[in-house]
Amino acid sequence: MELDIVSLSRFQFALTALYHFLFVPLTLGLSMLLAIMETVYVMTGRPIWRQMTQFWGVLFGINFVMGVATGIVMEFQFGMNWSYYSHYVGDIFGAPLAIEGLMAFFLEATFVGLFFFGWDRMSKVGHLITTWAVALGSNFSALWILIANGWMQNPVGAVFNVQTMRMEIGSFFDVLFNPVAQAKFVHTVSAGYVTASIFVLGVSAWYLLKGRAPEIAKRSMTVAASFGLAASLSVVVLGDESGYLANEHQKMKLAAMEAMWETEPAPAGFTVFGFPDQKTRETHFAIHIPMVMGLIATRSLDTEIPGIKELVDGTYGHIRRGILAYDALTQIRALPRGETVPEELKASFEDNGRWLGYALLLKRYVDDPRLATDEQIAKAAWDTVPNVPTMFWSFRIMVALGFYFILLTATFFILSARHQLDRRRWLLRVALFSIPLPWIAAELGWIVAEVGRQPWSIEGILPTAVAVSSLGVTTLLITIAGFALIYTVLIVIEVGLMLRAIRKGPEGMDDHGPETAPAPSASATVVAAE
Amino acid sequence: MILHELIDYPTLRVIWWVLLGVILIGFAAMDGFDLGTGILLPFVARDDIERRVVINTVGPVWEGNQVWLILGGGAIFAAWPQLYAVSFSGFYLAMFAILFALILRPVGFKFRSKRESATWRSAWDWALFIGGFVPALIFGVAIGNTLQGVPFRIDNEMRIFYDGTFFGLLNPFALLCGLVSVAMLTMHGAAWLALKTQGPVRERSVRYGRLAAIATIVLFALGGVGVWLLVNGYSITSPIDPAGPSNPLLKEVARSQHAWFANYAAHPWTLIAPALGFLGPLLVLVLIGSKREILTLLSGFVTMFGIISTVGVSMFPFILPSSEQPNASLTVWDTSSSHVTLFIMLVTTVIFLPIILAYTSWVYSILRGKVTARQIEGGGHAY
Repeated sequence: MELDIVSLSRFQFALTALYHFLFVPLTLGLSMLLAIMETVYVMTGRPIWRQMTQFWGVLFGINFVMGVATGIVMEFQFGMNWSYYSHYVGDIFGAPLAIEGLMAFFLEATFVGLFFFGWDRMSKVGHLITTWAVALGSNFSALWILIANGWMQNPVGAVFNVQTMRMEIGSFFDVLFNPVAQAKFVHTVSAGYVTASIFVLGVSAWYLLKGRAPEIAKRSMTVAASFGLAASLSVVVLGDESGYLANEHQKMKLAAMEAMWETEPAPAGFTVFGFPDQKTRETHFAIHIPMVMGLIATRSLDTEIPGIKELVDGTYGHIRRGILAYDALTQIRALPRGETVPEELKASFEDNGRWLGYALLLKRYVDDPRLATDEQIAKAAWDTVPNVPTMFWSFRIMVALGFYFILLTATFFILSARHQLDRRRWLLRVALFSIPLPWIAAELGWIVAEVGRQPWSIEGILPTAVAVSSLGVTTLLITIAGFALIYTVLIVIEVGLMLRAIRKGPEGMDDHGPETAPAPSASATVVAAE
Repeated sequence: MILHELIDYPTLRVIWWVLLGVILIGFAAMDGFDLGTGILLPFVARDDIERRVVINTVGPVWEGNQVWLILGGGAIFAAWPQLYAVSFSGFYLAMFAILFALILRPVGFKFRSKRESATWRSAWDWALFIGGFVPALIFGVAIGNTLQGVPFRIDNEMRIFYDGTFFGLLNPFALLCGLVSVAMLTMHGAAWLALKTQGPVRERSVRYGRLAAIATIVLFALGGVGVWLLVNGYSITSPIDPAGPSNPLLKEVARSQHAWFANYAAHPWTLIAPALGFLGPLLVLVLIGSKREILTLLSGFVTMFGIISTVGVSMFPFILPSSEQPNASLTVWDTSSSHVTLFIMLVTTVIFLPIILAYTSWVYSILRGKVTARQIEGGGHAY
């Protein structure tokens, strides 16, 4: 990595965002599982379900505060490290973030304290409402942040304002109902549900292996396996939807994911394996399955998917029109205030304005894009290709894990339906060792989404390289070191406390004494039947 | 969208200037007593159980309170994008220090009592102190620098350049403002602890609360004197178009002494802001220790309102003046989001803010009453 401001700012954002997302998926999913468990408690009146809610609630709490602590950083970092970005798109991008605060964060954060402190202060139903408020709050927050992120991938409903030199909102409706955002939202929350399900499944499996708290462990596994199965099916289906939408809005991302250098005749094959080489622009040792890619991306047999080289060829034209737009814009802005804009300048900007971002790609090489040489234009055109090997492999591992989660949760769903959860110890071990996998999948998912968006911070509109703040390299090194230090210390402490709480276990969790003695094992049947 | 024409652009800008104040005051009033409690923690609570009592007074509510800060970040981003861009990148290392301190707080509350070790617990107590003190100080320092103007410039393509240094922020006047902030939040925290605790912890909180109230009055007065003697204010000298485009480079700005007092001369009723800034701490001084505990806490709210709106009123229409390129100063008339965005955000706020206030009050009413050592030793859910 080069030590320039852009690389360092990207590194810091990636570091803090990926770290933050270690905690988010578990919060999303576990809050739902808590709400489900407590609902069963309120409906059946069986104290064991309350005990389960409280036990998983302890683990939820440890995870939740880490999400809160690292989330503040995210809210502030756009302004700190990406000040031109904040100016350029704040009119659109800021709104979902503010609404997230109003609609989601207040809800989850105000009620999460009551979740822990309110058990003895309110009615059963009152507490259940509290738990659902937390779950809804965290899921709403995912909705709004993904509307914001979806807009970065597919910037609909926005227009450039020449006077303010920024993007401004054209249609808030389009921003809200951006298909990319909707698909991402369901895909991401489902990923969170899978994460929590496999976490609960794995930890419960450990209790069964140790012969501890079997009643709680089995019930937890039943909930986790059913919820997890539904979620992992949804995660894969919506992932497919994302692929389809990527072909509509981010063709280059799709081509990079597939390491598809050349345009292939429709329907294109899917490369299962291979070593993409960014330098020679080919994929070594590729193994193809015919037709599959074309079906996924176009849902048809005769639509062509353009390859990387063809897409880059198209970019030259975009850059040249972007330069025309930049020229018109500069001339318009240089006019004395109040003077009418000459018609030909107006017309030129109206014609070419949507390609303005492509001229800004040249800013990496030349301060005034109008002075760019052919060589610089060629470089900028090839810059539009994200890192292909990273995309190719991240995507494949993520998808493979997605299918594995379906298999795993389906297996335990069947075991649970047959009351055989504790019969096969090797399967319990598989569940235990699967705990880290959803996190890997989730982080890779973000890598595919965000590396795949490069070199843009806003697809087609604002290149990452011009979005940064004018900070010093030393300053950035200080904060990167600071974040790395405190985040490392905290993750060690957090994992330590999690393990402690798990070892301590759910036994004696409830402070309501005799009432909570384990229910007779026959009730497992009842639960499974529910 | 035609709906947004219901409210004209200049009015929306003023409304969002007021809402910016509401959010900052909301943050200071709500998260303020959490921060103040953190600052007081090592001093009002001597042994472990006392410390747990103090921590548990804010234990169930700090998360919700902190959202005021997050909302502040989001709302500034949405309504005042350039303010967000300039201030957060300009105060970069100061912001980082705040973030560092604020990262310690959530985990401090949650993790502290999960282990028995005295070293462990005392380390987290100090983390909570830092988590309260550092943000309180730096927010005040940032306000102090804002009043003096900040060395940033904006180029023709609206790129922002900041030419100050971190240590430049720590000038005497700014530090004075930092102390005002620490004093008022400490006072507010003491008023909260007087409401939520009893016995020795409460007595000590009352004593510290009185000191902090006196300090708030004295330091706030000194701040006023400082602005009069040391700080050059700013004023717009070119014609103003309140509905003009959000481009800060289109106006002319002059610096002059006493310019920050012009609004009070023109509209004497605005003197109510500094008056409340003195009345609030005075009321706390008189009331703290009495049985009117809620009234004391409300006097803390009055203090936050008075002091923060004093800053706002003094500077209006300026939000963030530039000392390096005064014409690029950010003002209410040329820094906001577009007309449509301001309108959408206003509608959202008008819908959600009352709902938030309603459920927040409900949660506080459920959690009302003193926190005692017995509750903590008895219940498994306490921090």
